[in-house]
Amino acid sequence: MEALDTLLLSRIQFAANISFHILFPTITIALGWVLLFFRLRFARTRDEKWMAAYRFWVKIFALSFAMGVVSGITMSFQFGTNWPGFMETVGNIAGPLLAYEVLTAFFLEAAFVGIMLFGFSRVPAWLHITATALVAFGTTLSTFWIIVLNSWMHTPQGFEMIDGVAHATDWWAIVFNPSMPYRFAHMVLASFLTVAFLVAGVSAFRWIIGDRSREVRAMLKTGVSIAALLIPVQIFMGDMHGLNTLEYQPQKVAAIEGNWETGPNVPLLLFALPDEAARENRFELGIPNGASMILTHHADGIVPGLNDFVAADGTPLHPPVAPVFWSFRVMVGTGLAMLALSWGAVFFMWRRRHLHDGRIPGHRMAVEGLPKPLLWALVPMAFSGWVATLAGWYTTEIGRQPWLVSGVMTTDMAVADVPAPMVAGTLAIYLAIYAALLIAYVGVIAYLARKAARGDDAPGNSMTHSGKAQVVALNPAE
Amino acid sequence: MPDFSTPADWLPWAFASLMGLSILVYVVLDGFDLGVGILFPLADPEEQDRMIGSIGPFWDANETWLVLAVGLLLVAFPTAHGMILSTLYLPVFAMLIGLILRGVAFEFRAKARSRHKVRWNRLFFAGSLITALAQGFMLGLYIMGLEKTVETYLFATLTALCLAAGYGFIGATWLVHKTTRHLQIKALQWARRSLWAVIAGVGAVSMATPLVSDRIFGKWFSFPEILWLAPLPAVSGALIAALWIMLRRMPFAGDRWNWLPFATASVIFAAAYLGLAYSFYPYVVPERLTIYEAAAAPESLMIILVGACFVVPVIIAYSILAYVIFRGKATELRYY
Ligand code: HDD
Ligand code: HEM
Ligand code: HEM
Repeated sequence: MEALDTLLLSRIQFAANISFHILFPTITIALGWVLLFFRLRFARTRDEKWMAAYRFWVKIFALSFAMGVVSGITMSFQFGTNWPGFMETVGNIAGPLLAYEVLTAFFLEAAFVGIMLFGFSRVPAWLHITATALVAFGTTLSTFWIIVLNSWMHTPQGFEMIDGVAHATDWWAIVFNPSMPYRFAHMVLASFLTVAFLVAGVSAFRWIIGDRSREVRAMLKTGVSIAALLIPVQIFMGDMHGLNTLEYQPQKVAAIEGNWETGPNVPLLLFALPDEAARENRFELGIPNGASMILTHHADGIVPGLNDFVAADGTPLHPPVAPVFWSFRVMVGTGLAMLALSWGAVFFMWRRRHLHDGRIPGHRMAVEGLPKPLLWALVPMAFSGWVATLAGWYTTEIGRQPWLVSGVMTTDMAVADVPAPMVAGTLAIYLAIYAALLIAYVGVIAYLARKAARGDDAPGNSMTHSGKAQVVALNPAE
Repeated sequence: MPDFSTPADWLPWAFASLMGLSILVYVVLDGFDLGVGILFPLADPEEQDRMIGSIGPFWDANETWLVLAVGLLLVAFPTAHGMILSTLYLPVFAMLIGLILRGVAFEFRAKARSRHKVRWNRLFFAGSLITALAQGFMLGLYIMGLEKTVETYLFATLTALCLAAGYGFIGATWLVHKTTRHLQIKALQWARRSLWAVIAGVGAVSMATPLVSDRIFGKWFSFPEILWLAPLPAVSGALIAALWIMLRRMPFAGDRWNWLPFATASVIFAAAYLGLAYSFYPYVVPERLTIYEAAAAPESLMIILVGACFVVPVIIAYSILAYVIFRGKATELRYY
């Protein structure tokens, strides 16, 4: 009983910590590249609006980066404090991957982020641009390594078990394991979509409270365009990812579809309450043959069912159904909302293109074209990327249960022998701090947006000593 | 010295050295920025901005050495990692909370509404202090062999206080280097006061370690080892004395030698650290598990080592680059 409680609490604590952590990398991975884009536009056009956009978002980047770093440090200690069994069993594989992440990515980001944030007037432009590019590259590289590890846990290969411990036999197979390319692409796209909606949402907010500056227009268009461009790609990647999962983790797909019996002509369920005790769904509402069509591209294609994954003694060998089923629908639903909103926004802005500010050839959109409800809808969507990303990760990770590493070790094999009340206590404190920090984070973004909309954000007279004062002079009106 | 004929023999040793190096670099580098956080309430608001300015571009990279150290423990000595970290569950937790608070407070204080700034300043101080105390506490428990007795906890409390004061000390010497005028004078005063704690801390640890374990006693007080070990305490003593005098005379005309206290402090930290490392070698969990027993499979360690040989020099090079770019007296931080 005791051990079971520790297991459950440790799982909740790990899930809480990683859910908190992932929020901030999701922003920094793509925001780094978007900042590089702003910085390069400024270097190319000398148009102050790009610098204003850079100045605004670099603060949010700095804040997100700090949140990501401190929650990441927590993550790296979690392995030892709560999951010692994980490293003892698969440490020979997880270890080098984590080590390469630290050596190649973390130091790179950490060393150059200082120059990126505070070096603008200290180093030559080329070095500042290079530092920004290296930070963006570093965050993407750390995504690569951690996703390799996570994907390997889902679709492990390239190793052999000797005395219950995994030993690497083929590093190439480990790194390029079957689900890695899909997962990596899907995650990086998720990050870009999150940032696109954050940028669009915050700019829409500034617009609504009366900010008609040129940088708000530029940022809003940038955000909406990235979103409109990438969301179809993401949906396509998601589909590919699902097909890959069908091949390697059929029990997860069965849970995603809420399908109990293996067979043809399986409907795509829009709504259902999966009931694991009765092993059936209540209140089903679905599109006939839908799941078969999506997964096999034939109306009578065979879709795996959950009842195939039950041990002889009746214990289920498949994940808990309801959480996987529902988090998947939250993700896809958010994705469809993103599609509708971003394409709608592009359409309306394009319709009033004759109003565009005309300074950049090829910019054929006017923010004035956006209907009020659409503008308002963009504001809460600022954090829609977070919702979809977390929902996606819950689908993936809960869908892997009861395995921690598919087919190699189950989650309960890894747990530490720490008293349950201790874990409960630390968990409560983590949760309280995370909640407070999230409120502060969102509050500060809103505050910075209001401040920028009032025009208090300009360098103004606080600019001293540096030789780069012409930046201010370029836009005295700001 | 172990037999170095096959990788399985020398890899654990190489990784223990690499891990030791990154802990040392961490203690010196994050030591000074945690120290600046600990000294924070002693300064007035305008000075506080400059103190932040003196660590702003560096703190993230400094903390990465901790990530590397725990990562190396994790990958090279997985069994020890589990044993140490689940025994130290609560102090590790306290340290993580401290690191979270100070890391985010650092950013928030500059961005939040001005009336909230005071609150973030307090959290920045509290986070830095908690981190330092927790690390000192873990050091104490580790030295006492991770036993759970009253004496152990008392000793760990002492090391916690001494390490926090030690960080404050190295932080103050950093400020002597990075600041001017009033703040520099204040920093000199802080450094003079906290030097006492350094003396007490190094003294307590040096006395306690040999007493806790006969093995360690034997390692230090036997012939001929004592001959080539003697310079370590002797040099540390001489450096402390030199610092003592120096701090009383500074600032020198033209602000010359302002970097010397920090450099000396770093060498003292390194010497104390080397002494500890010598005491515990070859154990990674004191008196229970040696680095050879705890090491991961040689193939995996080899993969990491090859990478590390290429990457670590590059890391050191660009870390130095960052320090060179932000050399000189600290100014207010700005994003443009
Ligand atoms: C902005 C974020 C976002 C959006 C809009 C979507 N996803 Fe997603 N999805 C993720 C963010 C994400 C994620 C958080 O990045 C996950 C978790 C693990 C991973 O690789 O990606 C994920 C996982 C994930 C999985 C589970 C993979 C597994 O078995 O491990 C599937 C099948 C899909 N996605 C499919 C889709 C489909 C069909 C979408 C169509 C709308 C979609 N995703 C939109
Ligand atoms: C970043 C986004 C991620 C999120 C939101 C996430 C979420 C979760 C959740 C909710 C669980 C609990 C599943 C359950 O117990 O039912 C879990 C388990 C786990 N995940 Fe992830 N995960 C993420 C990424 C990763 C990565 C990158 C790794 C490894 C490098 C990882 C390693 C683990 C481990 C070791 C467990 C076992 C603990 C457990 O089952 O509770 N996860 N994760
Ligand atoms: C168990 C899993 C994880 C561990 C142990 C972990 C560990 C860490 C650590 C220690 C840091 C701080 C690095 C520094 O000092 O600069 C960090 C930051 C980061 N992590 Fe994670 N992480 C995990 C999961 C993830 C996932 C799932 C992603 C993305 C898909 C991710 C992406 C990043 C990125 C991009 C950064 C650097 C930028 C930032 O802080 O925002 N990590 N992580």
